[in-house]
Amino acid sequence: MMNRTLSRKLLGSMCGISNPRLSFAQSAVNTVQREKELIKSRELEKDEPRPLYMDFQATTPMDPRVLDAMLPYQVNYYGNPHSRTHAYGWESESAMEKARKQVADLIGADPREIVFTSGATESNNMSIKGVARFYKAKKKHIVTTQTEHKCVLDSCRIMEAEGFDVTYLPVKNNGLIDLKQLEETIRPDTSLVSIMTVNNEIGVKQPIKEIGNSYYQHHSLNVYLRIFISSISIMFLISGHLCRSKNVFFHTDAAQAVGKIPINVNDWKVDLMSISGHKLYGPKGIGALYLRRRPRIRIEPLQSGGGQERGLRSGTVPTPLAVGLGAACEIAQQELEYDHKHVTVLANRLVQKIMAAIPDVVLNGDPDQRYPGCVNLSFAYVEGESLLMALKDVALSSGSACTSASLEPSYVLRAIGTDEDLAHSSIRFGIGRFTTEDEVDYTVEKCVQQVKRLREMSPLWEMVQEGIDIKSIKWTQH
Amino acid sequence: MAASSREHVLSLYRLLLKESKKFPSYNYRTYALRRVRDAFRENRTVEDPKVVEELVKRARDGLALIQRQKWSSIIPTIGLRQVKLPACTASVSGVHRCVCVRVCCSVCGGVC
Repeated sequence: MMNRTLSRKLLGSMCGISNPRLSFAQSAVNTVQREKELIKSRELEKDEPRPLYMDFQATTPMDPRVLDAMLPYQVNYYGNPHSRTHAYGWESESAMEKARKQVADLIGADPREIVFTSGATESNNMSIKGVARFYKAKKKHIVTTQTEHKCVLDSCRIMEAEGFDVTYLPVKNNGLIDLKQLEETIRPDTSLVSIMTVNNEIGVKQPIKEIGNSYYQHHSLNVYLRIFISSISIMFLISGHLCRSKNVFFHTDAAQAVGKIPINVNDWKVDLMSISGHKLYGPKGIGALYLRRRPRIRIEPLQSGGGQERGLRSGTVPTPLAVGLGAACEIAQQELEYDHKHVTVLANRLVQKIMAAIPDVVLNGDPDQRYPGCVNLSFAYVEGESLLMALKDVALSSGSACTSASLEPSYVLRAIGTDEDLAHSSIRFGIGRFTTEDEVDYTVEKCVQQVKRLREMSPLWEMVQEGIDIKSIKWTQH
Repeated sequence: MAASSREHVLSLYRLLLKESKKFPSYNYRTYALRRVRDAFRENRTVEDPKVVEELVKRARDGLALIQRQKWSSIIPTIGLRQVKLPACTASVSGVHRCVCVRVCCSVCGGVC
């Protein structure tokens, strides 16, 4: 914060010096000051070309194959899938069940374990609030991380207000959690652990398989003990369902991971998983929640009504959207390897070209344990918002869509320990199925050009070039 | 079999590429061209006739899909122009404003 105000003051004070470059700088500074650090939304002008889309973590365009699958259900087969008395209902229901199977096949689950929701936010809310409230008699503790999505953190905050204890685990500098710390944090009264598979801002992939499997061993002893007790108790005709309950449930928000990395809920020993439709080239407004049946996990439903979706989420299932989600999942399963290869090649190209062209660029997050399509780079001595404004031909974002409205730097970057000034100058490049090499090259060229231009205007950069250590400067004298 | 003969497959390939070039949206167009080319290249050495037949069927379904979908993607792109990339050829220009709305019915496969 201080660096920014100081740089503006310095630039302002230099306006008296006659220098053709600085007069442009001065007008640029004035523009920045006028626009008040927030990029204002505006309508594109008449012949203004649309920007290139490089924000695949915010949302993705729908694949034409998905649209093709959805259209008949928007136009012709418009029945309510819960109508049991006529062909419109029956055909809608069969389409919905087919979609459910397609979603289940992608993650290695049974179709009966999938519940359609309105998106990953609703699935996350259902998981956290549902599990916590159902088991609240005995279990009062929830564990999550500091880099979770806003909906998870907000739900946990609501749970705190309801009287639960929530632990927000810190992450290491590379964005991964410490497994030992997680082990120590789990208490006998922990009901839920929620950790996202792939982070939407820095692209880091958490070791979900290790966490899930370590859980299983952590309390499997208890499970066997309970089975032993239950077998004895059955002899005495005591009901066994209490004894089969698992100790801790494991929820993962896989919105950014589904369809991009191979997922198998049985390998990973995950109990609940949130899926988002519009992150895997499907329609917006639909998502799914995976709820394990063996051993059964119970949740308290958030939405009450006619008992659709096994009573867990009442409300008409939007058939066209569900069909779209199913088609998107099937396409993702077929194209997973091809897309992953394509995205990796492009992401490496982007990062290597930028790093070769300009110095002082930091890649946030672990370089190996990551999904390659989400590249978060911090450009030192450049302000993130000014860079975004300068790159107006490319649709990018700094931080996630839900935090871009505020002036604060992203909490995820703060959690991984980046310095304040580097956190302000971070940009997230999203690469997906439809990105081309030409788009990446154009973005790199523009980015390098603008970063060089902005750095030339920055007095901090001048000081660094002269060899002064920025961190050793005392900015204020009083 | 005649249906899976070399000429047939090649003509399918050419048709697919021709139809893919008609997508108004830059991203869909480039993806379709790339995917078709890579899919045909990958399956170039497949010998088993059953597998070949299945792949040819998939290609034909894909062709029908592209023919349907390029209409439904024209409607929202009226007036759409994308940033001209230095290496690429025409972006979306030339979509005149009087394209009437056509709804593609995938049951009858035609334009109604």
